[in-house]
This record gives sequence, structure tokens and C-alpha cells, in this order.
Amino acid sequence: MDAFISSYVWPTAIMIGQSLLLLVALLVFIAYILLADRKIWAAVQLRRGPNVVGPWGLFQSFADLLKFVFKEPVIPAGANKTIFLLAPLVSVTLALAAWAVIPLNAGWVIANINVGILFVFAISSLEVYGIIMGGWASNSKYPFLGALRSAAQMVSYEVSIGFVIVTVLLCVGSLNLTDIVNAQSDGLGTMIGLPASFLDWHWLSLFPMFIVFFISALAETNRPPFDLPEAESELVAGFMVEYGSTPYMMFMLGEYAAICLMCALTTILFLGGWLPPVDFWILNWVPGIIWFVLKASLVFFMFAMVKAFVPRYRYDQLMRLGWKVFLPLSLAMVVIVAFVLKLTGWA
Amino acid sequence: MGLQVLFFYLFAFIAVASAFMVIAAKNPVYSVLFLILTFFNAAGLFLLTGAEFLAMILLVVYVGAVAVLFLFVVMMLDIDFAELRAGVLEYAPVGALIGLILAAELIIVVGGSTFSPEIAKGISMPIPAVTERTNTAALGDVLYTHYIYFFQIAGLVLLVAMIGAIVLTLRHRENIKRQSIPRQVARSPETAVEVVTVKPGQGL
Repeated sequence: MDAFISSYVWPTAIMIGQSLLLLVALLVFIAYILLADRKIWAAVQLRRGPNVVGPWGLFQSFADLLKFVFKEPVIPAGANKTIFLLAPLVSVTLALAAWAVIPLNAGWVIANINVGILFVFAISSLEVYGIIMGGWASNSKYPFLGALRSAAQMVSYEVSIGFVIVTVLLCVGSLNLTDIVNAQSDGLGTMIGLPASFLDWHWLSLFPMFIVFFISALAETNRPPFDLPEAESELVAGFMVEYGSTPYMMFMLGEYAAICLMCALTTILFLGGWLPPVDFWILNWVPGIIWFVLKASLVFFMFAMVKAFVPRYRYDQLMRLGWKVFLPLSLAMVVIVAFVLKLTGWA
Repeated sequence: MGLQVLFFYLFAFIAVASAFMVIAAKNPVYSVLFLILTFFNAAGLFLLTGAEFLAMILLVVYVGAVAVLFLFVVMMLDIDFAELRAGVLEYAPVGALIGLILAAELIIVVGGSTFSPEIAKGISMPIPAVTERTNTAALGDVLYTHYIYFFQIAGLVLLVAMIGAIVLTLRHRENIKRQSIPRQVARSPETAVEVVTVKPGQGL
């Protein structure tokens, strides 16, 4: 019995505790990311943004949460009820599930699996199901069109994301996310004799891929300027038209959790994860989690600025960018990186 | 060990049940969704055997791409369900026969190595222990180091198939307006705008 408790009950309890902790921290982070998104957008347009609930509108997201939860959920008469309600659940569960393998600091990870990056890639490629199911189950034209667009868009950009990840993996030689971060502690900068710094991270050595990954991440998470599944000027609100109250909130939550995931992934793959920007004692003393959150927030800031600056793409241009520009570029980079690594013997 | 057995039966039961629902479901969209559930549980079974790379690739390729296209097509189809169900009994014997043949083959392969362990020794590329080589690296050894030519030939066959499909379906229609991105980018005020001085009361 003691063996049973020590080998099953305790590890399970610890894992559940860790997951709950991460989940709560993540949800609070998402609440403020949402607020930041609106504030940044407002600032670019010389507005104030939400400023009523709490000081500087800091509690706006929580007020929104209460409002969504207490509203009556409306299910359209012609909708397929089971799938209609399943869709937002799938969306939010998948977006949160991927966080299980994200290392926030050295050793701070719930599941340190060998194929971590593949797990994240698989989960992010499954997120399209929430959208397709929601769009189809609504049994209405606009949601269906939005769902079809999103299916095509997400499948297209996944391809280039996959190749970008392959280039990073070629340099690292491991699929484990912790190994990917640790591999960035030396690189271009240390090669020319500088101390370990932000110059070693992959954003510099794989520069074009960093940009491709960033833009593909925008497309993969349906962020503006690639928010064609929602495109309110053409499709009202795309696949979300028929959703209200809690199911709608779950779609939003799933979307922002996926955005945070992409920010975290960019940080891990290209910005050195929890490593300090310069190997200097006072910076090394700052906990890694702070660096991780700062870097992820920086990436999110770029996400938000792109949303505020760039007009929405036309659908055929979006497809052209994905298939005719990013795919050949990333494919060529895989070959080039492999050749360089083989010929110079760096990996 | 007990937990692994429990999860094996859980995944296996859901996989078999949802595979049955794929053919039993009335609505084809439900069929595809059940197919996805089957893939998920198959990935779970792969994980239990320690084949983590295969599990993830199964999710990425089959669930993330192939099943999306299935769903895409099935949702667009305008199917008469009653008509679709009518032929079930007619085709059932053929389906059952194919199922039997596949089951027999599986039994021969799995049963063969169970009953005569010396067959397993004849494998030219034995699976290395998990402790010394991760299965991602082991698969890489097989595909890219030991059997690289076969792998390349398989890739070429796929490439030819892809080009064939494109050639067969490509239809370059004349007389429709097309966008030429290079031409649009190359436009400048000099080539695009003509400045005309119009005298009052005259027009062009």
C-alpha cells in the first residue's frame, strides 16, 4: 500500500498541484495580456482604451469574465447542439494542454518529454478543429465560410512553421524544449569571443526564419492582419457569429491562450528562453522566469502592434504568402542550414 | 505496471469503440470526428509502448492535416443520408472479407514473432534500448542513414504522383483577369500616372 501511495498517489497529486498553479498563473496572465492588447491598440489610435473598472482599467478583463459567465447562452435552433458546445471546449482545452511541456525556467516544466516541440506542434495543428466544428455546427453561412477559411489558412501556415522548427532542431540536435533553450547559451557571439549574450540566441543565427516564424505564428493564431476567419467586415464575426456568453468567452480564452503559447514558443526557439540577455552577475541573479515572461511579453507587444498597424490581408494574398513565399524560403533554409552545419561541423 | 495496463485497456477500448462508430454513425461529419478520436487513442497506445515520436507524428500528420482535409470535404458534400445507408447491407460482405484478411495478416505477423522468438533475431535493424538511443534518433538512423536510397526513392515516387495530380487537374483558362505581383510591384508614378493639363472649358 505504501509503495502504491509513493509511486502513484504522490506523483499524481504533485502533478495536479503544479498544473493548477500553472493554469491559474496562465489565466491571470491572459487576463492582463487581453487588457494590454486593448490598451496598446487604443494608444496607437490615440484613445484611452478600457479605463473604468479598477485603477487604469486594470480589472476590466475580470469584469468581462463575470459578464460573459452570467449571460444566457443561446444555441441557434438549427445548430448541432453537441458539436456546437463541444467546439469551444476543444478550442480552450487544446490551447491550455500545450502548456504542459513549456519550460518556464531551468527545470520548471510539468512534463519534460523528449519530443516536447513535436507535442506543441501537434497541439497547435489541432486547434483548427475548434474553429471548424464551431463553424459547421452553427449551421449558418458566415460561420461556415469562416471555418473553411481558417482550415485552409491554418493548414497552410503549419507547413512553414514546421520547416522553421526543423531548422532550429538541426542546430540543436534535440526535440526537447529545455535542450533547445540550453543550446542557445553559446552561439554566434561566443564563437567570435564575446561572453554569452543575446547574440548567441537563434534569432540572429537563423534571422530570416525568426521573421517567417513570427508572421506564421500570427497566421496560425488568426491574429490581425491574418484574422480572415473572423473578418468582421466580410463575415460579420466569422465562425463565432452564433456564439455568445460562456461559449464565446471560451473561444476567446482559447485564442489568447494559443497566442501566449506562440509567444512562449518564439521565446524558447529564438529568444533564448529563460537565459539572461547578457552573462553579467546582476542579470544572472534575476530569476529565469522573469526573463521568460519579459521576452514573451515583448513578443506579444509585437503581436499587438502588428494588429494596430497593419490592415487585413486579402485572402488570395494570404495564401500566396504562405505557399509561394514562406514555403520555398523555409524549405531552402532547411537545406542551407543542414549544409552549413555539415560542412563547418558546428553541430 | 498496473497503471499501464489500465491505460492500455482504456485507450484500446475507446479506439475500437470509436472505430466502430466511424462506420456506424449516421452523419459523415460524426464519422470523421470519431475517426479523429480513434487516431488520438492510437497515439495514446503508441505512447504506452514508448514510441513517442510516432505518436506525435500520427497526431501532426493524420489528425492535424489529413483529417482536416477529410472534414473539409465531408462538410462541403451535399449527401443524401438515406441513400447512403441503403447500400450498407449490400457491401457488408465485401467489407467483412477485407476486414478478415487484414485481421488474419495481423495475427500472422504478431503471432509469428510471439510463437517463434528466433524470427525476431533475424531483424537486420533491431530496436536499440531506449536508454541508449531515443526513438526519434533510432528512426532517423533507419530512414536517413541505413536506408537513405530507399527513402529517397519513396520521396521521388510521391513527388511524381504529386506532379501527376497537378498536371491532370491544372486548367489554365484564357481570357480571365489575373494578378501579376511583379508587375504591380514594378509600377511607379512615371509608368502609372499621366499628367494632363486641361484648358478651362475644353475637356480632354
